[in-house]
Amino acid sequence: MTDLYALTIGELAPMLRDREISAVELLDAHLQRIEAVDPKVKAYLRLTPDLARAQAADADRRFQAGEAGPLTGIPVAIKDVLCVEGVETTAGSRILAGFKPPYEATAIARLRAAGCVFLGMTNCDEFAMGSSTENSGFYTTHNPWSLDKVPGGSSGGSAAAVAAGEAVFGLGTDTGGSIRQPAALCGVVGMKPTYGRVSRYGLIAFASSLDQIGPFARSVADAALVLSAVAGADPNDSTCFERPLDLSQLEAGVKGMRLGVPKEYFEVAGMEAGVRESVEQALAALQGAGAELVDVTLPHTDYGLAAYYIIAPAEASSNLARFDGVKYGLRAPRTESLLDTYLHTRREGFGAEVRRRIMLGTYALSSGYYDAYYLKAQKVRTLIKRDFDAAFERCDAVVSATSPTVAFEIGAKTGDPLAMYLNDVLTLGGNLAGLPGVSLPCAPAGGLPVGLQVLAPQFREDVALRVARAYEQAGVRAEVASVA
Amino acid sequence: MPEAGEWEAVIGMEVHAHLKTASKMFCGCGTDYLGKPPNSNVCPVCLGLPGTLPVINRRAVELCLKSALALNCEIQLATKFDRKNYYYPDLPKGYQISQYDLPMSRAGWLEVDGKRVGITRVHLEEDTGRLVHAGDRLESADRSYVDLNRSGMPLMEVVSEPDLRSAAEARDFAMALRGILRAVGAGEADMEKGQLRAEANVSIRPRGSEELGVKTELKNINSFRALFNAVEYEIKRQARELEAGRKVVQETRGWSEPERRTFSQRSKEVAQDYRYFPEPDLPPLAFAPDWIADLKGSLPELPAARRERLVSERGLSEYQARLLAGDLEVADYLEELVRLGLPAQPAANWMIGEMLPRDEPLVVAAAETAELLRRLEAGAINRDQARAVLDQLYETGKPVVELAAGLEQISDAGALAGVIDSVLAANPTAVADFKAGKEAAIGPLVGKVMQATGGSANPKLARDLLLARLKR
Amino acid sequence: MTLSRDQVRHVALLARLGLEPGEEDYYAEQLSRILEHIERLQQVDTDAIPPTAQVVEVLPVMREDVPGPCLSQEAALANAPESEGGFFVVRAIQEPDPG
Ligand SMILES: [Mg+2]
Ligand SMILES: [Zn+2]
Repeated sequence: MTDLYALTIGELAPMLRDREISAVELLDAHLQRIEAVDPKVKAYLRLTPDLARAQAADADRRFQAGEAGPLTGIPVAIKDVLCVEGVETTAGSRILAGFKPPYEATAIARLRAAGCVFLGMTNCDEFAMGSSTENSGFYTTHNPWSLDKVPGGSSGGSAAAVAAGEAVFGLGTDTGGSIRQPAALCGVVGMKPTYGRVSRYGLIAFASSLDQIGPFARSVADAALVLSAVAGADPNDSTCFERPLDLSQLEAGVKGMRLGVPKEYFEVAGMEAGVRESVEQALAALQGAGAELVDVTLPHTDYGLAAYYIIAPAEASSNLARFDGVKYGLRAPRTESLLDTYLHTRREGFGAEVRRRIMLGTYALSSGYYDAYYLKAQKVRTLIKRDFDAAFERCDAVVSATSPTVAFEIGAKTGDPLAMYLNDVLTLGGNLAGLPGVSLPCAPAGGLPVGLQVLAPQFREDVALRVARAYEQAGVRAEVASVA
Repeated sequence: MPEAGEWEAVIGMEVHAHLKTASKMFCGCGTDYLGKPPNSNVCPVCLGLPGTLPVINRRAVELCLKSALALNCEIQLATKFDRKNYYYPDLPKGYQISQYDLPMSRAGWLEVDGKRVGITRVHLEEDTGRLVHAGDRLESADRSYVDLNRSGMPLMEVVSEPDLRSAAEARDFAMALRGILRAVGAGEADMEKGQLRAEANVSIRPRGSEELGVKTELKNINSFRALFNAVEYEIKRQARELEAGRKVVQETRGWSEPERRTFSQRSKEVAQDYRYFPEPDLPPLAFAPDWIADLKGSLPELPAARRERLVSERGLSEYQARLLAGDLEVADYLEELVRLGLPAQPAANWMIGEMLPRDEPLVVAAAETAELLRRLEAGAINRDQARAVLDQLYETGKPVVELAAGLEQISDAGALAGVIDSVLAANPTAVADFKAGKEAAIGPLVGKVMQATGGSANPKLARDLLLARLKR
Repeated sequence: MTLSRDQVRHVALLARLGLEPGEEDYYAEQLSRILEHIERLQQVDTDAIPPTAQVVEVLPVMREDVPGPCLSQEAALANAPESEGGFFVVRAIQEPDPG
């Protein structure tokens, strides 16, 4: 029999329901797996075994009482930017060390109500700013497939945990690719929903107009299941509404579907040949499954990164102003004045990348530069959205690589911020345009996972997941890394 | 250089007012924070905890729109919120949610002392928390204390054009604005309770000049009187500076009530740069024209219209009408007295002289006041007696028929004759003074008669009788 | 577009980020390189293009004016680095309210 930690929700749910295994056994299998591999992977910042044991026991009681749902008893890894009531939540930052929120993120509350078992908080780039988890204020997470490589980021901890069998599924957040890129580099399924699909209440904000919460899983069906559990209107988030979400046609295949292939996405700087080949194979497989491939164009692709690196830092510079050493988190000791408290607290509490982006964003919004930078970027954002609107006139979904590269060596890009930013060049368009996107594994290149990205029109998660599921059936399946 | 007194003041106002809602602007915390223990009227949203999000209070929007309509503003159907970024410990998020380039309303006016003062804009924002300093002066305290109970209170900002020309006009503007806010039910606008905060932008220029001088912004003003005094002081200070050949520096100045002067609050810091941008956590608003029309239709009679009507229909003087029409409830009370059969003039005088100076002037039912005034008008009791009954009315709430029972004014000359005799006999000095031509000596003698009758004599009759006897 | 050391110092102060000696040069160099890439936005003709602040259509929702529960004072102050008598405590304030 396969190890329990290697199974999907789809496989585990009937076993739990039929009482072949208990939620407590399933939890123990995961805690053991974590004990065995996490010293190498370092996916978790902190574990919550007491909470998990209580939740697992409660899940078993629910199975007995016939009150269980499809996620009851399933262990989950939570990115450290999602507030869990009473559990230290730090956004991967020293400035929030010790912060225990007296409230819970809506997405987390929904998983709690569904009976999930919370394993712990996973590592991430500080305030979700990064593409490698190397900007964590605590330590770097390692790619389970090759421990000297990065897992991607910013949700690298959740992606690595799911890839290494340290959780059945995980939650991450995606502002410019922070779910899809680590999913690609770790060989799991990752989904960023449409902006406004999942409540952001309780998500420690990076860039409010771009952030979305989404799942990591080892199957497309699992990702779909988690999405339906966390999606839906929330009176606490004025940008999140009830919109139709019909995932019943997940297995319907791609026969007759038109898949757009944007040529610009195959010509970006730094695109590795292995990645390109693998994605082209995947496109051929989808064609073999009955899809029609059509050429589409996204002419403003070259400006996406620039627009993104104005808008996201600008919003971040404002969102991160609250970390001032007054109400919570770190306060620099022995300061002489209030101004001193601010300057030292924010100097000591924030890492280099966060400070860099706060400076960039502050500059872009400052008097005399707003029009040239912030307003200009917002206008270019309009053009990028229009590019996608035009593409979706011609196709049902857009397919490409998720990241131009496979996982790279730890430390390889830390000295060059711009090179790091280029990791997101294929994903951030989806955030600027608010689109749902899935990354799922296609054929590895040089032994490392490669991600295939499927982008769909706003609120058509069903389309993106259906295409992903069709490829999953025809191609590669996500597996658990052995962690050597 | 103009002579002293040749200066003209140019004043614009920025007024912040709390709106009378049940919950805060963007969260569900209640609004009756006054007197509560610090940081007990807060939630994750108004504490600015990470991950929390604002949600707009519909009632606050409605009250802001009603106020703007009452101030004759044009309502902007498409509007949005923006973030105003700055650091201060009473601002928990590091930004205030406010409105920048698309406020809810623009281009209105308010009539003040018979002249139209332009209203630039009326917009909605959230209030900050409150700082308590360990020492009484900012500089001497080494620690400050932060209470966030007020954080997130719905705050309406009203900005006027620089159309005001004197400290009195500035004060009257603020009072007229309070009248409007009370009339439409937007807020209590009590300055002492911090529900209305007025800041004045003051500059001066040679009379006749069209150019604007360098302005200063006056803050920490906690009453209408302080507003008058601060503006008055600042106008004189600026004139002194210019006449001495110095310059007025553009800066924020605080008003010190104990020292009765304005003082510079200039910081050693960089100039402010609020880095406004659209609040991404909130939807832009789009008002239905029908809703705006409904709100406009629901406005009550406003103070200016009421004032005119009190003069034209009730025959009050301009002065009386101004004192009574500023507050809708006060004006309603007067009209109720008139409806109950009392002549408007004495009723207005009684309210202005006897009732309005009290803490809660209108707690006495209009029917009781009417009963009391009827007795006074009929001469059944005298003014002192009526005042005493009013005191008891406020104290006990008992009906006038009970309180005034047994009180009767002695209006019978025969009944007073004996008292008059004994008062004249007991006060020979006063009598001598009067006879020597000191007419004022009659006053104390009337007082003695009132005293001797336990206040029940008709004072006019007593005076007439005394005069008749003395001149005999 | 390059950032001068003075601009770096100004922006850092606006953002209340303390700088160590020598960091102005480091940030001036790094931010200038990023801005150099961002400069390409100026090539795009956006004269007739409206800005996008919210990319998904969001409805103008408002909530009803109904009060809900507050946190206890203890819970409100639980994460505070320093508190006393129910207040958050900060160093003396020497600057006037910039709001
Ligand atoms: Mg304001
Ligand atoms: Zn609150």
